Amino acid sequence: MRARDPKIRNKDFKEVSLGLTEKQAVKEASRCLQCKKPKCVEGCPVEIDIPGFISALRDSDFSGALHVIRKYNMLPAICGRVCPQENQCQGRCILGRKKTPISIGALERFSADYAVKKGNTEKTPKKKPNGHKVAVIGSGPAGLTVAADLARLGYDITIFEALHKPGGVLVYGIPEFRLPKKIIAREIEYVKSLGVKIKLNWVVGRTQTVDELFEEGFKAVFIGVGAGSPRYMSIPGENLNNVYFAAEFLTRVNLMKAEQFPKYDTPVKKAKKVAVIGGGNVAMDAARTALRLGAKKVYIVYRRTENEMPTRLEELEHAKEEGIICKFLSNPKEIIGDDKGYVKAMICDEMKLCEPDESGRRRPECSGKEFTLDVDQVIMAVGQASNPILVKSIKGLKLWGGGYIKIDEDGSSNIPGIFAGGDIATGAATVISAMGAGKRAARAIHTYISSLKKVRKR
Amino acid sequence: MYKIIKKETVAPQVVAIEVDAPYIARHHQAGNFVVLRINERGERIPLTIADSDAKKGTITLLFQKIGKTTEALGKLNAGKAIRDIAGPLGHATPIKKYGHCVLVGGGIGAATLFPILKALKTEKNKVTTILGAREQKLIVWEDRFKEYSDEVLVTTDDGSSGRKGLVTEALKEIIESSKVKIVIAVGPIRMMQAVSELTRPYGVKTIVSLNPVMVEGTGMCGACRVNIAGKTKFACVEGPEFDAHEVDFEELVNRLGFYREEEAEAMKAFKKKKCKGHCKK
Ligand SMILES: Cc1cc2nc3c(=O)[nH]c(=O)nc-3n(C[C@H](O)[C@H](O)[C@H](O)COP(=O)(O)OP(=O)(O)OC[C@H]3O[C@@H](n4cnc5c(N)ncnc54)[C@H](O)[C@@H]3O)c2cc1C
Ligand code: FES
Repeated sequence: MRARDPKIRNKDFKEVSLGLTEKQAVKEASRCLQCKKPKCVEGCPVEIDIPGFISALRDSDFSGALHVIRKYNMLPAICGRVCPQENQCQGRCILGRKKTPISIGALERFSADYAVKKGNTEKTPKKKPNGHKVAVIGSGPAGLTVAADLARLGYDITIFEALHKPGGVLVYGIPEFRLPKKIIAREIEYVKSLGVKIKLNWVVGRTQTVDELFEEGFKAVFIGVGAGSPRYMSIPGENLNNVYFAAEFLTRVNLMKAEQFPKYDTPVKKAKKVAVIGGGNVAMDAARTALRLGAKKVYIVYRRTENEMPTRLEELEHAKEEGIICKFLSNPKEIIGDDKGYVKAMICDEMKLCEPDESGRRRPECSGKEFTLDVDQVIMAVGQASNPILVKSIKGLKLWGGGYIKIDEDGSSNIPGIFAGGDIATGAATVISAMGAGKRAARAIHTYISSLKKVRKR
Repeated sequence: MYKIIKKETVAPQVVAIEVDAPYIARHHQAGNFVVLRINERGERIPLTIADSDAKKGTITLLFQKIGKTTEALGKLNAGKAIRDIAGPLGHATPIKKYGHCVLVGGGIGAATLFPILKALKTEKNKVTTILGAREQKLIVWEDRFKEYSDEVLVTTDDGSSGRKGLVTEALKEIIESSKVKIVIAVGPIRMMQAVSELTRPYGVKTIVSLNPVMVEGTGMCGACRVNIAGKTKFACVEGPEFDAHEVDFEELVNRLGFYREEEAEAMKAFKKKKCKGHCKK
């Protein structure tokens, strides 16, 4: 896909990837073999009819392509940009065995963006209101999907969101240069256009309890509160000034617009030499954000090698192009502060890879050598845990792994009427898996409420 | 939008506002706080809920105008609205029948203590309140504390009201002369630290309410982390109250100073700029 010049784009927050032109999209679509048993569909967590939409693109039927995608995917403009396609659809493409696989993500994105560029407003058939209220807690991809799917079926939906802006990780986590905020705003407008109400500043569990929601007449509750609690490494120096959790660093910039301080009131510390710890999307986002805030040197410090990195391939490539330095097989063991309590260096162990662990990735082990990185800021992106506020407030809710909600395949919890999905049920995962969970839960909620009606009629 | 019903200056630079927030009022427990954002460009700041009226659906917030956000907040009069308020957040103060309790409030720390006082009295505790400040003018809500406490002692640095000296001197006398079961101290961090050091040798349980920098206040970012007995805790969900004897005060003081330059810069820009009205929106 076309991208902006690395030397220019690493200084601003405008979108990096430029997307395909009409001509490029049709050309790319024409490469598709239209397999009888499409492997790409198997790789897609929501089983989009990929050959179907690509075939429409090949015929230059751009809105037809979007129509096909929309049947499966509520957020194509977003997923086209952030899905780890190389492990999903694209990773399975037959063409990839010999040559380059079809750029399915780029084509998905093109289809969604094209409609907007042409000002096509989508009309979604909506059933007439059935009067049943459903509460959706959290406005990330899982919550937005449940809300839209049920609203289309005629349900009266209210989303409750703790923050002052809807969108979940899409607004506070993923940076503008990767996923422009106006795209999310558009999707949210679409959800609202279906009649969905959104209550902001509503920390369910505190502002109102789930029991009270049921008392207010909500027939079912969907919990999609994400896994938004940062993990730490418990190494010395973690609480020094200028050690950030990626979540804080990114929230300051994405949600609070700290890069525009003092026009916006929230500040963020700009540093010269930054070490970001971790190998996932969060680490890439933090590193590239630090670079855009003016850092001269930004390191990604990861304890395994490039092959084990969980980040999207495109992000890693973009990060490298922009000048980010990767320190593989490096495990931080201490952050050193100056006499004023600010970061001045970080000591890392040099690692070597051994046998694979439970996750199937090769386990890193100390090689006995260490090195010191001269940095004035450290950003930790070493994973997320479950946020306790809501789950702990619901008596009897079954959990696993120290705070994630235990659900059935369809998204129901052990308590009748309470459903869940997305990161709070799976642990930190992906936008598309959260969306898929939302779709399944919407179906389950519909079945559940329909069965309640039958019981009452009898 | 959350409408300001009433505004009152309770001491120089100290303002109390009563805000319409029915759901928060209904769920407020002593020790809780809210996070608010004045307008679209505002930062999110935590403020303790100083009082609430569940029937009327209002909460009262008390703050000292010390930074850009509190200055701007202080300019909002009754009838105007605050854009975002989320809460009630944080753990509730553990309230039960203790016996003799001592509350120690420095300056606007009194705001945090007032709901605690009311809750302790509901449980029929004996409560002595010590309010301290530099001078008489800065003592906040003395009349309200007198209404509920068994005894109120005032200390000022200059002796302009009550006894001359520090809160710790008054506290020491009480601890030595009475069987104090719990001390709850809220105020400037060095004051809380001094109270903690004072009570430690006596083995009196002491709780302090910490005020680290926060961003969203719901446990998502880790900005508010503090060191409690050598472990990292997020003050917004696991606090803000902690056992004083386990708090690493030096680390907190250091972390609180992290944005000092930015705070000064924001303040300077705010004072210089004539507001074109966006702060009132
Ligand atoms: C920096 C970053 C980059 C990422 N990059 C990618 C990527 O490139 N590709 C990809 O596929 N995935 C990526 N992910 C992961 C992806 O964003 C998540 O898996 C996905 O957003 C999970 O969706 P969700 O709906 O479960 O929860 P979230 O998006 O986390 O949304 C949960 C929402 O619930 C709200 N909430 C929490 N508690 C309460 C409460 N008590 N009451 C009301 N509301 C509450 C939260 O404020 C939040 O808005 C990234 C994550 C991060 C942090
Ligand atoms: S303020 Fe963000 S975790 Fe406490």
